[in-house]
Amino acid sequence: MTEVRPRIRLPRRASAGDSIVVKTLINHNMESGQRRNSAGEPIPRQIINRFTCEFNGVMVIDAALEPAISANPYVEFEALVDGNGEFVFNWYDDNGDVYTATEAFEVS
Amino acid sequence: MQHLKTAKSMALAAACMAMFTGAALADPDPTAELVIEGELHLVTRAPSDDLTPYLPERYSGWLFRTETTRNLQMDDFENPAMIAVEAGADAWETAEGTNNQSCMDCHGDAEDSMAGVRAGMPHLNDAGVLWSMEDYVNNCRTERMDAEAWGWNSGDMRNMTSYISMQSRGMPVDVEITGDAAPYWEQGRDMYYTRYGQLELSCASCHEESYGLMIRADHLSQGQINGFPTYRLKNAGMVSIHNRFRGCIRDTRAETFAMGSDEFRALELYVASRGMGLSVEGVAVRP
Repeated sequence: MTEVRPRIRLPRRASAGDSIVVKTLINHNMESGQRRNSAGEPIPRQIINRFTCEFNGVMVIDAALEPAISANPYVEFEALVDGNGEFVFNWYDDNGDVYTATEAFEVS
Repeated sequence: MQHLKTAKSMALAAACMAMFTGAALADPDPTAELVIEGELHLVTRAPSDDLTPYLPERYSGWLFRTETTRNLQMDDFENPAMIAVEAGADAWETAEGTNNQSCMDCHGDAEDSMAGVRAGMPHLNDAGVLWSMEDYVNNCRTERMDAEAWGWNSGDMRNMTSYISMQSRGMPVDVEITGDAAPYWEQGRDMYYTRYGQLELSCASCHEESYGLMIRADHLSQGQINGFPTYRLKNAGMVSIHNRFRGCIRDTRAETFAMGSDEFRALELYVASRGMGLSVEGVAVRP
């Protein structure tokens, strides 16, 4: 697999107290464990099994991802921003890797 | 030969148009406008001419898709094809081969040097032979970089063609079909109207006579290739033009031609010419 690269998009501006739409996308095969290779052997499962987002240390979303989710999972959700701060995103891979992205956000 | 059945085909085309527009209230929506990121307007309906006498108008496949799929392509963040484009951009700058060269060493910034390339593909090479974009990429790899050629359908190749195609996004399809290209174009046209396989279907059976109708759970498009390489949701990956051709011919229950075969290069030129005036969509999203 090519390098895993998280992608984040936040709105350009928002006021304190607003609910903003957060879009995330990560490239990942999300190998379900249900498939077999050309030799007939099962391909081991390797998915992102958990996704979290925190804003200033407060958990915004903590999601369990399952094998039926397709490749390159896109997760969109709303977050309440009460002031300036930093978003921290974590994707947990079955192989133990954790892909992290941070994004600062300023209210106007 | 197809001129003999003009009247019949025109009537069929008109009937199909009526059905296509009849579905206008739901999906597909022939009045939809493709605007990328609220800024870049793409041409998805182009006037027909002598090249497509049986099409009243040329439609991008984008118009035939559901609203949710159409919307994916209007936002570069949500468009999953951008993963391939980014990977291609990385490869563009990566030196490879015994000559330790990258694409960038010769071609500079792709935004400048590759603009318009996709719009004119496939194109005659210096020797007068019709080449697809994949051929040009591999020629650079083997002749200039002294690196291994990429497989036609390899991930590396699809990433690179995605990245190069993006540099032509918004430019009208404009392929050369006269002069030395004419024999290739005629070969492609003959293939387009040849019935293949146990189902005895030609390209025209579906994409000229029946576009707008359902095939299984999906709408038949005009089979335009202005959106390729395309991210297909069912593959969760990029699909090249020749791979799409192969899939179509396989679905007629025929032995297909190979990706990268001379037959598919010729067909690519002819099908591209049927979409002249439509915008290159760089990397489209289809179901």
